[in-house]
Amino acid sequence: MDFDVSEDRRMLADSLNRFLADRYGIEHRNSVAYDAPYHDPDRWSEMVELGVLHALVPEEAGGFGGTGFDITVVFEALGRALNPEPVLAALISARLLVAAGRDVEDLVTGTSRYAAALSEPDAPYEVEDIATEATADGDGWRLSGRKSVVYGGHLADRFLVSARHGDGIGLFAVNADAARVTPYGMIDGGGAAEVFLDSAPAELLMTDAVAAIGDALDAGALALCAEAVGAMDVTRDTLLDYLRQRKQFGRTIGSFQALQHRAVELAAEIEQARSITILAASRLGGDGGSRTVSMAKNLVGRTARLVSEETIQMHGGIAMTWEYSASHYAKRLVMLDHQLGDTDHHLERVMAAYAA
Amino acid sequence: MDLSFSPEEVAFRDEVRAFLRDELPAELSDKVRRGAELTKADMERWHAILNGRGWLAATWPEEHGGPGWSPVQRHIFDEEAALASAPRIVPFGLHMLGPVLIRFGTEEQKAQVLPRILDGSDWWCQGYSEPGAGSDLASLKARAVRDGDEYVINGQKTWTTLGQHANKIFCLLRTSTEGKPQEGISFVLVDLDTPGIEMRPIKLIEGGHEVNEVFFTDVRVPVANLVGEENKGWTIAKFLLTHERTNIAGVGFSVQAFEQLRALAGRMRRNGKRLIDNPLFAARMAKVEIDLEAMKITNLRMLSDARKNGAPGPESSMLKIKGTEIRQELNDLARRALGPAAAPFPAEMLEGNEALVPADHARNAERYFNNRKITIFGGSNEIQKNILTKAMLEL
Repeated sequence: MDFDVSEDRRMLADSLNRFLADRYGIEHRNSVAYDAPYHDPDRWSEMVELGVLHALVPEEAGGFGGTGFDITVVFEALGRALNPEPVLAALISARLLVAAGRDVEDLVTGTSRYAAALSEPDAPYEVEDIATEATADGDGWRLSGRKSVVYGGHLADRFLVSARHGDGIGLFAVNADAARVTPYGMIDGGGAAEVFLDSAPAELLMTDAVAAIGDALDAGALALCAEAVGAMDVTRDTLLDYLRQRKQFGRTIGSFQALQHRAVELAAEIEQARSITILAASRLGGDGGSRTVSMAKNLVGRTARLVSEETIQMHGGIAMTWEYSASHYAKRLVMLDHQLGDTDHHLERVMAAYAA
Repeated sequence: MDLSFSPEEVAFRDEVRAFLRDELPAELSDKVRRGAELTKADMERWHAILNGRGWLAATWPEEHGGPGWSPVQRHIFDEEAALASAPRIVPFGLHMLGPVLIRFGTEEQKAQVLPRILDGSDWWCQGYSEPGAGSDLASLKARAVRDGDEYVINGQKTWTTLGQHANKIFCLLRTSTEGKPQEGISFVLVDLDTPGIEMRPIKLIEGGHEVNEVFFTDVRVPVANLVGEENKGWTIAKFLLTHERTNIAGVGFSVQAFEQLRALAGRMRRNGKRLIDNPLFAARMAKVEIDLEAMKITNLRMLSDARKNGAPGPESSMLKIKGTEIRQELNDLARRALGPAAAPFPAEMLEGNEALVPADHARNAERYFNNRKITIFGGSNEIQKNILTKAMLEL
């Protein structure tokens, strides 16, 4: 048994953490994350040069990672810094492209920007309940439908779109200029877009894409778990600093047992969240991998909400302010649950095995 | 045991309903329902409508321009107003300063201040909390030093709600550093136009501006602005904290929020079905509905006690705790129900994206984050528990 991170991954984590601390601190983050284009194009280029995207792709596809632990190392660092760059969109897209046997060189070098357009207004978390339709048109295809809250869609050159055709659900590529794209920012920072397809010309990448989409979304959900663990570590440290420093009634508020016990509970729950994320990383893509990712996303979703709400409450008014960094961490930790399946969605996936 | 209102109370409820139906402007109730920000003019408009009917100062006795309502009548009005999505009464002049002056003020202060609260000439705000004095309010440091016929005020106040609209502020200030901290505090009225006052906005977690910090540098006010006795301000602060808490449970807000949630969950879809048909989500809704049904009766039981005893006791702290927890749970479910569509900024989502989320739910995530405040302000729920530990459980 060895819970240490490998040397290569440690080096990547160190350099990414250092870059984010030096070049993408919370004040800079807040100055770019909430206004168009909801990220920092220059810093993003620097992150790509550091190899952030290469780490998400296996060697045989031109990267140097792509396993569960590569994903968690990168996203934990991103979570610590509350980074708003579209790495999640790149991860899911890279996984879909590799599954389709496509080259990802342009993606990992940042030459092209992809976003996975899977979610729809009436099928926010489901792979198969989608309404977007694909119809054959000569050698190519045309897509009609609406994709909703497409992460990274505000920056994408190319969308990877799920759509139903005569025989199931396929994966298609659509150039951004063939779609109507409405970009927007999000309450927890970063951007997304609504993507309207009206007989948009498309290239077929996979005829039966359900398994590949499921795998890509598992990788995405795992990434969000790791991001939450990183953000929760920082949030807990901020809270503990405050409990040690803030004085009321002539003593530090951390000396009150009512708050001590609540802080201990948070610390323990965060360790549980870290453990289930490690387990999910170890199983990603293997037997029981999907179900374990769902366990992780459920537990992390519950824990992240608890950490967020308790951190605000134990701080009092100060963590309700924009100026105080914990408020931004709290927003991200709550809104993570709205991405790629919430706690209930993943609980249902865990429960589904009982019926089998 | 009879859980129903008396015939007179039912008749009053019908009168309130008819008034709200006829007089509450749809532009205002629509904004409240959508969780949109009310302007100063919106709030003043609703105050003026209520004042025209003599219903604005619900907690004041008739001789000062109040309607002379019983606690049950006040409860009925609050609930009906919330159900109709009426704007909340801005409490600082009407529910806070008014009752304080009626109880502790001089005849001159009452005559000068009360009519101007009723007719909207003055907008009061509250100068209580300081950066170093939150839950431990008695440790406040902003000083008022006597100099002839004037106090000279120096220090800082914070969390001053809607101070940006105000022209007056009532403050708790330190007038003595001797004895216990509670014994050196005075309640002083200050005109915000006085030289030396600076108000700065505080941006909140969701980006809104509703609270402020206020800085006082050598601000001189007449000693006549002292309310009650010098160094007895803590008595007034406690009076405010324990007085007039009939609406503290916010049952009407929760009933309204539950109905909105139910409608939303009937519209949103998961796995090809309505969200309301999803057993996990329906179970969350059912739990909060059960809590709410119980709280309605807890609220009425305490109201019934207040009817017998004249004023609510420390048990009203229980209503604050349960009431705010239920409201926050409803806010949580309303956010959750939207799925990924909860994340986009409301303004951007509504422009050109009308169908993404119904307009009255576009601010569900904002509202969830903003309403984390309700378990913090007005004495945090932890402070309420301390009160209950001593006063109710006698531990």
